[in-house]
Amino acid sequence: MKASPYAFISPFFIFFGAFSLVPLLYTAWYSLHNVQLADLDNQTWAGLDNYQNLFSSDFFWNSLWVTLLIGVISTVPQLIMAIGLAHLLNYKLRGSTVWRVVMLTPYATSVAAATLVFVLLYSWDGGMINWLLDFVGVDPINWRESDWGSKFAVSTIVIWRWTGYNALIYLAAMQAIPADLYESASLDGANRWQQFRHVTVPQLRPTILFTVVVSTIGATQLFGEPLLFGGVSGSKGGSDHQYQTLGLYMYDQGWVIGNLGKASAIAWSMFLILLLIAVINLLVSRRLRKSQ
Amino acid sequence: MTTSEVPLTQEKEQEKGAKGDRGFRRPRILGAGKQLHAGPVTYAVLTIFALVSLAPLVWTAIAASRTDQRLAQTPPPLWFGGNLFKNLERAWEEASLGAAMFNTTLVATTITVGTVLFSTLAGFAFAKLRFKFSSTLLLLTIGTMMIPPQLAIVPLYLWMADLGWSNQLQTVILPTLVTAFGTFFMRQYLVQALPTELIEAARVDGASSLRIVWHVVFPAARPAMAVLGLLTFVFAWNDFLWPIIALNQDNPTVQVALNSLGTGYVPDQSVIMAGALLGTLPLLIAFLLFGKQIVGGIMQGAIKG
Repeated sequence: MKASPYAFISPFFIFFGAFSLVPLLYTAWYSLHNVQLADLDNQTWAGLDNYQNLFSSDFFWNSLWVTLLIGVISTVPQLIMAIGLAHLLNYKLRGSTVWRVVMLTPYATSVAAATLVFVLLYSWDGGMINWLLDFVGVDPINWRESDWGSKFAVSTIVIWRWTGYNALIYLAAMQAIPADLYESASLDGANRWQQFRHVTVPQLRPTILFTVVVSTIGATQLFGEPLLFGGVSGSKGGSDHQYQTLGLYMYDQGWVIGNLGKASAIAWSMFLILLLIAVINLLVSRRLRKSQ
Repeated sequence: MTTSEVPLTQEKEQEKGAKGDRGFRRPRILGAGKQLHAGPVTYAVLTIFALVSLAPLVWTAIAASRTDQRLAQTPPPLWFGGNLFKNLERAWEEASLGAAMFNTTLVATTITVGTVLFSTLAGFAFAKLRFKFSSTLLLLTIGTMMIPPQLAIVPLYLWMADLGWSNQLQTVILPTLVTAFGTFFMRQYLVQALPTELIEAARVDGASSLRIVWHVVFPAARPAMAVLGLLTFVFAWNDFLWPIIALNQDNPTVQVALNSLGTGYVPDQSVIMAGALLGTLPLLIAFLLFGKQIVGGIMQGAIKG
């Protein structure tokens, strides 16, 4: 009887350890080696060479910058819209389940399928979006080549896929807000907007923080959208690397150029960035709790 | 991580809210947002959101029913043409979508069964059994949920190459067979859904651990197992990064085949759209059938899988 808890958790931890935890450490180990895709049997110690190589590369800093920019322009509008959408879904609606499922359908669409469609919608010549812009007198935009246009286009794919999902998370939190808070607010003469501003948003604060963290993690590893948005030479992230995210840079270095040691160093840089974000987040949330 | 617990206590909070105004019997003026009936503006804005959510999918079907020449012309087609089945057939054959759908069904089903089974067992242990290091192990599980898959793929690639497994389906099944999310999700559910007395009573009756799991834990966990199964299946069907590294077009999953289409494997846009449509269709059907449960699962879990 004593042994059984370990028997229950061991299948999980055997797989989890072997395929998630151990590889994490091995990635660190390989990042200190020279590992070439074309010559896998010949792995030599490289010390910090891969990291030095990385930090002196313009493409690395470019990919960090691109990841940050796309992260901001895809996450901020997405979460704001999701809160608004959740607020609407929280009304007493006819067919409330149908509305919720419809908002979630983009989540059912894979990154690959969604991006293939958006590539066509954004195509320079004859694409739906440029055609619609033409109606309002905007000249066609070369979404794949332009600097901001391509970043915007890639972000819209992320926004499209995740807004409904985040709205459902906010909706779950909104439904947990006690009704009396709204009642006392309305007795104090607060109108609907003031109630939203002074009751709903403060009550959602932990959930907002949570979605920001999860979206940040997602944004840091953004990969499939820019890869397929670029088409045939997708791993470069555009002719000028204008949408080569960190995840894409890693794939390019590791499996297109064939330097797996450097790819490991990029992966660990990604991990360290996330740790840094986690620490900042911890400090911010502690600060918020104190000020309350 | 605290938010994940919010939805679970939701019912109780609502009861509390309802009891709160027992004394006064005052009319509910503007109660919680959910008591308010939606006005026409709300419906209008929701309709816009719904159209934006659905339009790209509908347009995928429109584009998949056209010829490649037509898609290159302006204005883009706004209604269905007659080429749907021809394009679907080409995607099925030339882009191996047929083989890919078979492979992905196999992969996603295996991953779903493994995740649900192992997560329920581990989640039960974390929720109801006392053992050494349980809180440390749980914290480790939760903490690693934020690690991106990029941190595993180089060693995985090298190991699979060593084993001579390149391009075989087990390379994409084994690394995803369990998820930290699954274990945490089941633990959260079982903490409140499975009364500890029930397990103790079964123990007093002399039931073995295996019998307890089969006759007490699984029945109590069934609703959450179903939801976790749906979420896992969606996740496994759409998984992208590791499959496109581990597999190629000779033995693809759906996402691998779509990736090949996106990088010029078949140049016709109409065939590419047919592939995107085919690869998404099974999940759209699943959403049609189980949408309510999937929505409920996301609202309960409140964590990205």
